[in-house]
Amino acid sequence: MSNSTLSFVRTTMEVAKAPPASTVGVVGWMRKNLFSSWINTALTLFAIYLVWIIVPPILDFTIFNATWTADDREGCLAGGHGACWAYVEAKFGQFIYGRYPVEERWRVNIVFAIMAIGTVTLAIPSVPYKKWNAIFMLVIFPILAFFLLVGGYFGLHHVETPLWGGLLVTLVVAITGIVVSLPLGVLFALGRRSEMPVVRMVSIIFIEFWRGVPLITVLFMASVMLPLFLPEGVTFDKLMRVLIGVALFSAAYMAEVVRGGLQAIGKGQYEGAQALGLPYWKTMNLIILPQALKLVIPGIVNTFIGLFKDTTLVLIVGLFDLLGAIQLSFTDPKWSTPMTSHTGYVFAAFGFFIFCFSMSRYSIFMENRLHTGHKR
Amino acid sequence: MARQATKKTAKAPAKRATAAKTTRAKKAPAKAAKSNLVVSDEVAIDITNMDKWYGDFHVLKGIDLKVMKGERIVVCGPSGSGKSTMIRCINRLEEHQSGRIEVDGIELTNDLKKIDEIRREVGMVFQHFNLFPHLTILENCTLAPIWVRKMPKAEAEEVAMEYLTKVRIPEQANKYPGQLSGGQQQRVAIARSLCMSPRIMLFDEPTSALDPEMIKEVLDVMVDLAETGMTMIVVTHEMGFARQVANRVIFMDEGQIIEQNEPETFFTKPKHERTKLFLSQILH
Ligand SMILES: Nc1ncnc2c1ncn2[C@@H]1O[C@H](COP(=O)(O)OP(=O)(O)O)[C@@H](O)[C@H]1O
Ligand SMILES: [Mg+2]
Repeated sequence: MSNSTLSFVRTTMEVAKAPPASTVGVVGWMRKNLFSSWINTALTLFAIYLVWIIVPPILDFTIFNATWTADDREGCLAGGHGACWAYVEAKFGQFIYGRYPVEERWRVNIVFAIMAIGTVTLAIPSVPYKKWNAIFMLVIFPILAFFLLVGGYFGLHHVETPLWGGLLVTLVVAITGIVVSLPLGVLFALGRRSEMPVVRMVSIIFIEFWRGVPLITVLFMASVMLPLFLPEGVTFDKLMRVLIGVALFSAAYMAEVVRGGLQAIGKGQYEGAQALGLPYWKTMNLIILPQALKLVIPGIVNTFIGLFKDTTLVLIVGLFDLLGAIQLSFTDPKWSTPMTSHTGYVFAAFGFFIFCFSMSRYSIFMENRLHTGHKR
Repeated sequence: MARQATKKTAKAPAKRATAAKTTRAKKAPAKAAKSNLVVSDEVAIDITNMDKWYGDFHVLKGIDLKVMKGERIVVCGPSGSGKSTMIRCINRLEEHQSGRIEVDGIELTNDLKKIDEIRREVGMVFQHFNLFPHLTILENCTLAPIWVRKMPKAEAEEVAMEYLTKVRIPEQANKYPGQLSGGQQQRVAIARSLCMSPRIMLFDEPTSALDPEMIKEVLDVMVDLAETGMTMIVVTHEMGFARQVANRVIFMDEGQIIEQNEPETFFTKPKHERTKLFLSQILH
């Protein structure tokens, strides 16, 4: 038959085989990712070398040579040249609350607890009642926190803000800055793109002024200069002044980040909304801002993280945030050892890292979640 | 049903498109369809001696146009002749500088309230759809009724589903615009406008950003809409559509209305030299 060479019918089915060992598993992965070329191999070896010289000393300091329990400096001195964690434990209260009276610290704890629960439930998308939660966290919680922390009412002792310190101050400054700067930044970003000349001018002047001066200057002005301008006898809490300064400062940065997002939204979106009869604010709130803010989540979170770390600058106007409280404790002769400041700074770095890294991860999570990816 | 039709079209785009064109062309002389569309003697849009400039550039020169309720007008003309600008002046996406525009008896001035009032009554469909990509199809359609007309959500959704069914894509309601084809998106855009129950619909080249095989599905929806007696101004070069539904075809060039007539005469006996030239270019 002439076409017998053409026809073919499979009689047995092939069984799936495992791929060659050199392309899968640990060996395959290493070949592909670490040793694919001689440059890659050299870089891999160099990286291993770097890890080798950096990691063991860090582990030695923080874990293997560290002193975990001691009553005072003697214990840490005897323990060798590792971190003196006993000192952190002894000073922990001061790092968290500053000089907030010990018997009143439960008030701070309540505020921290509500804040943690509120933030976490707000952050997890599947938890219901988002709207009420947000209203609670943005309206009721600040008032509640104010009365709890400051006191002086409802039989609570008044605790002056100069007594506040440590993580408490860091969080108060950072969170106020974050919560105030976003809406304010959005307003100024919209203002800068407004068609009304006065609104536009005011926005530009605001943004450029606050961006043009260093935060340190702002803080100095707030704490030293401002009282000079205020009438005699009018006092204004220093922490409050710093809060306002930090909030306005970050609002200016936020405004520019948001403006970047607004610029990415095409004219068609405005026209689509206008043609449906949506007035300006509805167009912004329902159409433009949801899209623009989503685009600039990385920039917004970047500003938040920057702001969180900049809170350490309040030290120069005499407020003791987490870092300030830690530095202050170095002077305590009871715990003064060559290792104390090292330990304190490692702890401070760790504390800041936890917060900043969480924000960063959450932003990535939100980006992925909001990424409907439906642009063609 | 609609889905199947779309699928088939997608398989043989070129053939389908031409087939569609010939059917449209065949349908064209069927005046019966058109004659049952009543044109009232009430004026819907009245433009008198309207001028517009972009800076020094005189885009629209002395436009006079009166559109009756229920009338369907097709506007054509070379690119850059001011067609878009003219219809965008009607819902104040562009501001005119002199002359008078009256929509539904309301004169367009700088009064924002009146502008909003007019925009509620005038729907517009754009070349590039301008759907809101962060909202689902259903949300796109219910947004304006809920926030502008203050309609309860459930009712708005019911209305939206009704119109999405009319434009033959109810099954896409929970998708996002980016998941739809161009033709489907444009039909959503039409439904979105209709959800506001406008009295006048403006179309700015609704099919010119679409792949050929999708043009028919959009035009079909527009023909259906015309049959409901909607007042329509359509900027398009789809001459089959013009013959089928228009009462009047307007030809614009260099910011002026050069010629207007009922479609049969317009296409067969154009009077102005420019019209003849233009028609010879687009009708091959
Ligand atoms: N925003 C604008 N600024 C300046 N010139 C414009 C603007 N929009 C359109 N034009 C000009 O006005 C003329 C008419 O434009 P348009 O109405 O879009 O024409 P058509 O829709 O007929 O193609 C064109 O020459 C165009 O370049
Ligand atoms: Mg145009």
